[in-house]
Amino acid sequence: MGLLSSVFKKNVSEEPPKPVAAPQKTDVAKKAETTTKEVKPVVDKITLGYTHLSGCTGCTVALADNYGGLLTLLDKYVDLKYMPTLADVRHIQQVDVAIVEGSVCIQDKLAVEEIKETRAKAAVVVALGGCAAYGNITRFARGGQQNQPQHESYLPIGDLIKVDVLIPGCAPTPEMIRNVAVMAYLLLKGTKEQKDLATAYLKPLMTMAAGCNAACACDIMTSVINQGLCMGCGSCAAACPVRAITMEFGKPNLNRDLCIKCGACVAQCPRGFFNTDVISEYEAINEAIMAALQ
Amino acid sequence: MGAELGKYKSCVSARSTDKEILKGAQDGGIVTSLFAYALEAGIIDGAIVAGKGDLPWKPEPVVATTRAELLAARGTRYNISPNMSLIKEVTRSYGLDKVGIVGTPCQMQAVRKAQLYPFGLREVGDKIALAVGIFCMENFPYQSVLQLVEDHAAMKMESVKKMEIGKGKFWVFGERGQVVQLPLKVTHKYEQPGCHVCLDYVANMADISTGSVGSPDGWSTIFVRSKIGDSVWAKAMAAGCFETKPMETVKPGLELVTKLANEKISKNRKTLEERASFGTGKGLRNPYL
Repeated sequence: MGLLSSVFKKNVSEEPPKPVAAPQKTDVAKKAETTTKEVKPVVDKITLGYTHLSGCTGCTVALADNYGGLLTLLDKYVDLKYMPTLADVRHIQQVDVAIVEGSVCIQDKLAVEEIKETRAKAAVVVALGGCAAYGNITRFARGGQQNQPQHESYLPIGDLIKVDVLIPGCAPTPEMIRNVAVMAYLLLKGTKEQKDLATAYLKPLMTMAAGCNAACACDIMTSVINQGLCMGCGSCAAACPVRAITMEFGKPNLNRDLCIKCGACVAQCPRGFFNTDVISEYEAINEAIMAALQ
Repeated sequence: MGAELGKYKSCVSARSTDKEILKGAQDGGIVTSLFAYALEAGIIDGAIVAGKGDLPWKPEPVVATTRAELLAARGTRYNISPNMSLIKEVTRSYGLDKVGIVGTPCQMQAVRKAQLYPFGLREVGDKIALAVGIFCMENFPYQSVLQLVEDHAAMKMESVKKMEIGKGKFWVFGERGQVVQLPLKVTHKYEQPGCHVCLDYVANMADISTGSVGSPDGWSTIFVRSKIGDSVWAKAMAAGCFETKPMETVKPGLELVTKLANEKISKNRKTLEERASFGTGKGLRNPYL
């Protein structure tokens, strides 16, 4: 698809910084004179919120581990409206994209309220990480822990609200979060072609969101090997964060006692999904994302 | 079709100039020479290759960080080496910052998916410095090779010197000089099922892809595909690692590569179509949708 690459090269690196570069100078000058703090966020940013439920903050750390890339994202593309840990504002607000970390404890009234409010106030809800997407390690909870022993039932957010985009993994990688953030920006603010590219890139993650809310290493069995699709590349074994998968005689061997149900294996599997038109443009897309974050 | 050979910047027939590498090579010694050069030139710190496993002719993915380790992994073993399984480990316990990887077309697809959708592969994608793909019609489980060699060719695995698929036959060469050829009709049923939905013959997503098809015996056909591939190939050529012939001048030539690629792709497209209506009103999953 020459389309995708030409689009990206043309626009991503050049277009978004433009509105930033000009107003910034005057802003800085003004600031120096009047010492008022920056009031007006850069025009074409998307608004982002981050709802933190029953998760370990590992996803937050993964987001922060984009280092300079995160600062560029916040500078040019994203206006962070609320987020515990990285922002002062914690109250859920109206946003374009809400990222949710952690699963929902149904005995925790506040958590249930928050996830519903998140859905009500966001155009796009992203389940970030295994817990929000599939329950992950919180699937093993059965209550009795200090200091809320009655908190025993944890659900992936998709069991309570409609989710638009899923990012599996424990923790999902900084690069994956970055890629989705850039694509979300293009989807909401880009040109027609950029929207098409972002849609194509995000489509598998949307399909996952519309599908099953449970994950397990056995997905490699049920949706890949049982379907006659496995070719023994070993991606699942490499992606597993807890080494629950080893390759024996060229096929994955699962240790389900180790599996934490994060969904990384089947998401990473090239026979899990493989959108050839997007992935064959890997060179242009990678270069463009890197350029966008300069 | 037209897209059966993927995108490429250049295509030549080539052979390594390294006599030591050629001695144990499957064809032109391309993969070993490329990695040996890349190691020496500091383009990679090491490469994931199909090394020797715990059974005769069973490959095991290994991280080769020296020329000797690369040499030990020369040659084709016609069964599965899950090279991607080491792609994260190679950047962790092995501590490599610039990784080379060789693999079949499906493994090259896995490499690119890992770079674009790195769900569980943190700080891996940008460390892949050279991905070399090999042409592949299909692969076999280890037990299939065992059965082909011991039951059909009546040879012991230990006594096999070389295996080869070419000229429409599966060839088994013994240590004592005996040669058995099996018609591919016999081998088809032993193929790995996952190969039958593959739509890539010449590793379209590699930096450089190579295989014997199209070139004379002892030579390999090369496609240079990406910017990385282009730069590495130019440097390796400048360093005198390879002798080349223009593709138009060699015998079976690109025509045969195109023919086989089309055969594979149309056969497997048909398989995908059949899978869509495999049951009654129900089909099998299509990974490309």
